[in-house]
Order: sequence, then C-alpha cells, then structure tokens
Amino acid sequence: MVELIWLVPALPLLGFFLLLLIGHKVGEPGSGWIATIAAGGSFLATLAVFVGLLGRDGHAGDRSYEFILFEWLPAGSLKVEAGFLVDPLSITMALFVTGVGSLIHLYSIGYMHGDPKFSKFFLYLNLFLFSMLMLVFGNNLVVTFLGWEGVGACSYFLISFWHQRESAARAGKKAFVTNRVGDWGFMIATFAIWSALGTVTYTEISNSPAMSAATGTAVSLLLFVAAAGKSAQLPLYVWLPDAMEGPTPVSAMVHAATMVTSGVYLLVRMNSVLTDDALLVIAVVGAATALFAALCAVAQHDIKKVLAYSTVSQLGYMFLAIGSGAYVAAIFHVITHAFFKALLFLGSGSVIHGMHDEQDMRKMGALRAVMPITAGTFIVGWLAIAGVPPFAGFWSKDEILLAAWEQKNIGPLLWFVGLVTALLTAYYMSRQVILVFFGKQNWEEDVHPHESSWTMTTPLCLLAGAAVVGGAINLPLVKDWLVLEHFLEPIFHHPHHFSSGTATKIALAVISVVAGLIGISIAILSWLTRRIPTDRLEPEFLENAMYVDATYARVVGGTGTSAFQKTADFDSSVVDGSVNGLGRLIMKFGQLIQPTQSGYMRNYAIGIAVGALAIIALLAWGLLL
Amino acid sequence: MGSLQLVGFVGPSVNWWALLPQIILLGAALAVLLVSALAPQRASTVFTTVTTLCAALTSFVVALGLWSDVKADGPSSSIASAFGVDGFSIFFTVLILIGLATTALLSHGYLDREEMDPPEFHALLLCSAAGAIVMASANDLIVMFLGLEALSIGIYVMIAMHHRRSEARESAIKYFVLGAFSSAFLLYGIALTYGATGSTNLVHIRSYLDAVVFQDQHLLMAAMALLLVGLSFKVAAAPFHFWAPDVYQGAPSPVTGWMASIAKAAGFAALLRIFFAAFASHDVDWAPIVGALAVITLVIGSVMAILQTDIKRMLAFSSVSHAGYVLVAVHSASATGTSAALFYLFTYTLMVLGSFAIVGAMGPDDEHPLSRYTGLGRSRPVIAIGFTVLLLAQAGIPTTSGFIAKFQVIAAAVESESYFIAGVSMVTAVIGAFMYLRIVMAMYVVDEGEEGPRPIWHWTTSVVVLAAVGFTIIVGLVPQFLIEFARDAVPVLVRG
Repeated sequence: MVELIWLVPALPLLGFFLLLLIGHKVGEPGSGWIATIAAGGSFLATLAVFVGLLGRDGHAGDRSYEFILFEWLPAGSLKVEAGFLVDPLSITMALFVTGVGSLIHLYSIGYMHGDPKFSKFFLYLNLFLFSMLMLVFGNNLVVTFLGWEGVGACSYFLISFWHQRESAARAGKKAFVTNRVGDWGFMIATFAIWSALGTVTYTEISNSPAMSAATGTAVSLLLFVAAAGKSAQLPLYVWLPDAMEGPTPVSAMVHAATMVTSGVYLLVRMNSVLTDDALLVIAVVGAATALFAALCAVAQHDIKKVLAYSTVSQLGYMFLAIGSGAYVAAIFHVITHAFFKALLFLGSGSVIHGMHDEQDMRKMGALRAVMPITAGTFIVGWLAIAGVPPFAGFWSKDEILLAAWEQKNIGPLLWFVGLVTALLTAYYMSRQVILVFFGKQNWEEDVHPHESSWTMTTPLCLLAGAAVVGGAINLPLVKDWLVLEHFLEPIFHHPHHFSSGTATKIALAVISVVAGLIGISIAILSWLTRRIPTDRLEPEFLENAMYVDATYARVVGGTGTSAFQKTADFDSSVVDGSVNGLGRLIMKFGQLIQPTQSGYMRNYAIGIAVGALAIIALLAWGLLL
Repeated sequence: MGSLQLVGFVGPSVNWWALLPQIILLGAALAVLLVSALAPQRASTVFTTVTTLCAALTSFVVALGLWSDVKADGPSSSIASAFGVDGFSIFFTVLILIGLATTALLSHGYLDREEMDPPEFHALLLCSAAGAIVMASANDLIVMFLGLEALSIGIYVMIAMHHRRSEARESAIKYFVLGAFSSAFLLYGIALTYGATGSTNLVHIRSYLDAVVFQDQHLLMAAMALLLVGLSFKVAAAPFHFWAPDVYQGAPSPVTGWMASIAKAAGFAALLRIFFAAFASHDVDWAPIVGALAVITLVIGSVMAILQTDIKRMLAFSSVSHAGYVLVAVHSASATGTSAALFYLFTYTLMVLGSFAIVGAMGPDDEHPLSRYTGLGRSRPVIAIGFTVLLLAQAGIPTTSGFIAKFQVIAAAVESESYFIAGVSMVTAVIGAFMYLRIVMAMYVVDEGEEGPRPIWHWTTSVVVLAAVGFTIIVGLVPQFLIEFARDAVPVLVRG
C-alpha cells in the first residue's frame, strides 16, 4: 500500500483546485466540508501507507521507499528529481500533520462561520496542507525547499488573512522578511551540500562519507539558520508572537502544530551531516530560547500571546533535544506538543469565539461554568504541557531533560535551564487557566459567553484524548514499549542511547515533576487565593519580551507592531516611520547611493567613464600580479 | 603579348538560407513602409500588426529549419566566417522573434490609445529585431557592431515617437547620447582587439589566442576592458545602468518591455560570444571582472529597487538586478554557466514582457505610482493573479520558471567555486523579493469599501499576459525542454 503515497499530497491539492474553481459558488459551509474531506482523505491515505510500511521488515532496511514522479531539474552534474521518500520519519510526521490538520479543518468550519472570505480561508488551508506534505515527503532538499517556501507563503497569506487590520498586514510582512533569512540559510546549505557531496537526495546524503569537519559544521549551522527561521528560535523568533494576528485555527495548525516544527524535522532528517560542534550550538540556542520565551510568556495578558511564547519555548526544548543528540526525543516532543498545543490554541479560539473576540485574559474569569467542554479540554492541555504525569507532555519533556543531562560538554547546565523552563511553563499555564476559567467573573454583564458548536468541540475532545494518552507511543518503563524509538531507529546514523542508570532517571523525573508542581502552586497562591501579590509577577520588562523587538527596531530600524504598543511608545519615531523590517537598513544604504541617480546625463556619463577606468585599472592590476 | 587580365572580384560565399530570418523581417519592414506611403488608407493598425506577426512567424519557421540543419550537420558559418549559424544564434533568434511578436501584440492596443503612428513604429521594431538577430549571430566584431547599432537606432526612434510627451523625448535623447558614448568604448575596444590579434573575426581571434602566448598583454587587456564597458551599458549592468530607470520610465511601455528584454538579451548574446567563446583562453583575466560587475549590479539593482515608488522604475532596477544574475552565470566561464545564462534570459524575457504588458495596459504612460495598483486584486482578480505570478517568478519563488533560472545560475556559481558570489546572489534575491512583495501587497491589501482600478484592457494584451504566465508556470514545473534547448545552444565558433 506504500504505492498510495502520491494520494497523500494529491488530495489536499485537489481540494485546493476545487475551491479555487467553485469555492465562491459553494460558499459556506460547503467549501469548508470540501477542504475537510480532502484533509481527512489525506489522513486515511497516510494511514494506508503507514500500514503498508509496517508490513515491511524494519531491520532489513526495507522501510524506505522512494516514489519518483519525474526528473525535475538537471543542472550540470546535479540531477534533482521530483519524488517522495516514505520512511519511518516522514510517515510519523505526516500522520500527525494530516491527523491534527483534519481536526483543525473541521474546527474551522465552526470558527470561521460568517466570515466573508470563508471559502478562501479553506483554500489556503488545503494549499498549506499540500505544501507541508511536500516538505515532509520530499526525497531531496530541493523538493523540501519547495514545500518550505509553500508553507511560508501560506503562512503569510493566513497571518494577514484579515489584512484590513493594519497590524495583521504588518505581521504577515514581518513573517515574510524574517523567514527569508532562514530561507537564505537553506539555499546556501543546499548548494554547499551539493558541492561537498555531489547530491541533494536524502538517501544518498545519509550514505555519503562524512564531510570535512569545517564544511560539516558550516553546513550544519546553515541548516540551523534555516530551521531557526522557520521554527522561531533566537534570534529569529520575533515573527511568531506577531503571527497570532491570524485566525486562531491558523495559529493552532500552522504556528503551533505543523509548520513551525519543520525546522526540527529538517535537522532530524539531516542528522547524518550534523557535527558535534554544531550540535552544541543548537543545544545552547535551544535552551536559551526555551528559557527566554518562557520568561516572556509569564507576563502576557493576551490569551494567544501566552500560547505563542509558550510555543517558542517548547520549540526550544525540541532543539535542545536535537543538540543533545536525542533525535527521537525531539520528534516525540514534536508529536505530543502538536496534540496539546493544538488543543490549547483551539481551546483559546473557542474562548475568544464565545467571548465575542475578546483576547485579554484580565477581562475573562470563571468561564468554566458557561463553557464546560472548552474548560475541561483546556485543563487537560494545561496538565499535559505542565508536565504532570501521566499526560503526554510529561513523557516527552522528561526524555528531553534526561538527554540534556547526559549532554557531553555542559549537560547539567542545559538540564538546569530546561528544569527552570519547566517550572515557568507550569506557572504561566496555570496562571492562564486560572485567569480564564477560575477566579471571579471579570467580563461585563452585556457579554454573553457561550459554548461553541459541535464542529468546534469535537476536535477539542479528540485532541484532549490524544493529549492524555499520546505519551504511550514511547513509554520508557519497559524497553519494548519504546515503540517510536524502535520505529525511527533506521533513520539515524548514530542511534542515541541513554547511559544513566535507573536511579538517576527516576530522580530526574521526580525533580521535574516537583518543579512543575511548584510552578502550579505559585500560580494558585498568587492568582487564585491571592496570597502572593501579583503585580510584581508581571514586570514590564517581561511583558515587552525584554525589549528584543524594540532593540531590533533600534538597531536595524525594524518593525514594531501594535501588539507591542509599549515598545512603540518607547521609540515611536523609529517604529512608526518604518514599514519595511530589515528593509530599513537596506533603505539607508540605498539612500546613500540614491544621489548617483540624479537624472543628469553628464553625471551618468561620468559614471560610465569611472566604471570604464575602474575596469581597465583592475585588468591592468591583474597583469601586475 | 601581354594581355590585360581582368581580375574579377570574388566575394565570399553567402549562405542566404542562414540570413533568411533577418531578410524576412527587413522585407516586412519595407512592405509596411511602402504600403503606408502608397496606400495610406490601407495601412491600418490591424494591417501592420498582422504583417509583423506574419513576418515573425515565417522567420520562426525558417529558424526551426536552420535548427534541424544544425542538429544534423553541426554548426557552420558563412560570409567569410562573419556570420555564425549554431544553436546559440538560433536560440536567440527564437527568443527575439517571440519578443517581436509579443511587442507587436502589445503595441496594437497601445498605439491606438496613445495616438501614435503604427506603420513607422512597426517598421522600426522589425529593423530593431533584425539588428538584434545579427548581433546574436555575428562572428565578427564589425558585423556585431552593425547589428547593435541597428537594434539601438530603432529603439531611439521608437522611444521618441511618443511626441506628445516630453518625457519620451527626454528619454530618447538620454539613451541616444549615452548610447553613443558607450558605442565609442565598444568601437575603440574593437580597434584594440584588432591591434592585439590582427583580426576582428572571432574565429580568428580564438585560434590566434589559443596559439600565441603574449609577452605583453596590455593591449589585449585594454581591448577586453573597453568591449566589456560597451556591452555592460547595453545590458544595463552597474555602474553603467544609470540610464535605465530614467529611460524605462519615459519610454512607451511596449518599448520599455522591448528594451528590458530583447535589447538586454542581444547584449548578453554578444557578451557571451565574445568573452565565453572567443576569449575563452583568457578567462582567468576577464572572469573576475565580470564577477565584480555582477556583485555590484546585484546589490545596486536590488537595493535601489526597493527605494522606488514608481512601478516602471521598480521594474527598471529589478531588470538591472536580473542582469546581475546573468552576469553571475557568465562569470563562471563554463558551459554550465552559459546554458544557465541562456535559460535565465529566455525565462526572464517572458516574465518582463508580461509585466510591462500589464503596466502598459494599466493606464496612460505619464507616471505609474504604486498606488495605481491598490485594490487591483479585488477589481480585476485575474489580472492581479497573473501579475502576482510574474512578480513572484522574478523573485525566484519555486514552481515558477524564475526559481529554476536562479537555481541554475547559483548552481553554476557553486560549481565554479565562487561561493562569495553565490552567497551575494542569494542575499540579493532575498532583498529583491521584498520589492516584488510590495507590489503584490499593494494589489491585495485594501481598506474595506475602497474600489480598485478598472483599466481598459485590449484583448491582445490578455493574450500576451496569459501566454507569459502560462509559460512561466509550465517551465517552473517541467523545465526539461528549455534546459535541453539551452544546453544545446552553447556558442561554437567554426570557420566557414
């Protein structure tokens, strides 16, 4: 059944074309159902391929199947095919991408109800799903890049979907510019790999002899630049908090569950070329991002902003895992995170929907009574992300912390940073749950919150179920229960093995659970029972994300956004005047050379003459050498 | 008894068949002029457009015939090796004819709207096209120069023909004076080449340079430098690009398209034939200079583009940066690089013609502020999508021909181990993408209730835009045929 692979991306593409042609005629809710059925069909096709793959022998290396469509790009000695690679890694990614994606499609039917661009929204969603599947299934770097650009484009479209809002249009632009930095890293890495190994096909790369240490590290770091752009790591994370301007299902699907994890996927896919030096860098950046973003999340008031910083922080965990060599742990966390973060985002969407587009948590409170399903599922997501056993997040986070502990150079330090992050995560998520669902009612009397429709609550319940039991795919209790690890094993060059004894493992797990409980307790004491004064817990410094965005704005004249209103006041002259992100720096340079374009022929003639003299001088100089 | 012997002049053998494409074009130009002089009432816009299209088509068929000859018998040259017939010349002939047909279609609606005289315009366009073909096929520097002048003089007049607009006249004068200035460099370069190698024929120059080791290379180096200056002007490479934004802005839009695509392509044809083919043995000398030009051109083109507020000036600087990419390919001085350059020029020509088709149809040629495009996505969704595709293709977004073109260029740079230049081209691609995005955003991001523009749209323009967009996407998905065509079109110098 592995041969059905072409069907997996074909169905969302078909959905896209259908909606393009007849979407506006079908309207609401028909076009939503077309898209949802396309996504669901794609999930079923993925399941079929998965079953087919399981039928093959894992140890004999049979579980790697290439499906070549046609030869795409012959450039010199380079041959690039348009083809898919089905192996344990890509199928694992595809299963949750299509699975979670289908649920979010379904949810969106309810969420986007009444939007004038209803069918266009689903058109983008299907296009996104198609691009994401190209990214995951591509059998070489160029096809992956195609998907990489595709998901990027859809992400900008969807962020600025409500582009009547100035802030949304600006956020879309910011995502575009920041991501181009990452794309640049991807392109150079691709060409560098090709010039070093003579191929860009994954199976050939992983069978190639190692590159020289310097080249290998350079390539690894370039790939990390690409991954850091897409997966919002320091210092390229700035676009992700702003991306929350998009509709909430988009935040759940694109900016939490799927697209932002493609950086993790890329690095895991390329694990054979990553060098130890580069891994150390990745681990440090990952840990720093995890801690930094968790600190920022502590002081946010916008219900989605908390989740956005939380996503950045959790992505930091994944990179910490990669940097520690624990690729399975990274993928494990990608999956569990997809479950609980999609759940949390969709839950927050349900709240926003029920509260009539209110996003400030200070104006919520005591919603559990009026929105019981949303509240219940949200609490499941909260326990999962806070690392409370036996919810899914506990198992994957625990494995990452163990891997960090065992990291060769600075293991205990990385572990400690991860632990503090875990404490903060438990704290800010508890704060959110309390502010939204418990405590006293802070909304006006004329607001009438209500529970959402079944198309929205069904995905919530299913995702909540996954967030409870998702950890079961890789339980460390008995060796045979490490299903994911055994399944993914053929992918890795140097399979990672934990060396710590059982006692250490248990001790670390207990410490991380205790840290989580401390975080939860602080939140309860301060926000529910008000025993701890809360005003000091939200320093302005953190609320403004440590002024990183503002600093960028100062250094390169970047964009501030309305979401960072304080920052805007902080330096309104720079922020208001600029629209172009990094462009400002380039503009400065351009204005410097602008006078050469004077409009006078005599100046142009002088330009030509100077150029001619320069060329003659250069050639003559070449002769002298 | 001594007798007076008459020594008859024996001219070189002429392969008329090989000259037929240009002859057809010139014949059509004469026919258009004759009809307009003798039967003015007959010389309608329709008549001239159809004549030009027929000429282009016939010429195209002949070019295909020549192509099968070259495939069967190999490249050849005629008129004492002055005129080459190889894959390279046919590649450019095909490209120029496509450009000719496109420009004729675009001018169809344009000339009527702007009240310009069709017969003169078409006659000049046909002559200009013939000149471009000569330039791309010439194996002799003098013949190449003649082609270049024929190409340019046609353009000077076509720009100035828009007599009601003083900007058009200003453009024409600027282009003419600066063009003459740069022609002087080129001519001087030709003279010095003759001094250094004893010939103006590229076949002779090539074999001479292969056989001789110079003790003193200064003369040859100066010749190369001056040739490079002259041709860099034609392709609008920095720092010889200053004219481009001013002239592009002032010229009638179809002429701007013609200049940005075909004049540039012909300039690169000459550049490749001279430097890659004839000066091949001295690539260590010229390649670094071309590389430096490429870097400057890329940076200036992309940076200046985002400063502009006028669409035509934006596209002018973007065409400067495109010249930079082709120079990157030329710089690699390899067959891979040359076919990458050819592929780039072919795809770029279609993109830029399509873009200027839209620009020209958007309204009168006074100025083209970005704000004119606000809301086009709502009022004319099909046109907006077409323009978006063409712009994204210029930015090098995957699934368009622009991506494949940039990919090949950078691959050529990597293959010749010019990592710095490859890096610069990728960075400028990032900067450039921003400018294209600005136009796209302008079309789609509008306030609620604001009405977009509703330009009057001639059907010939739609045909051109549709063809350009279709080509751009098809080549983006299945580029194989064009890649092979470009690979077979690497210039070959053979004695005829």
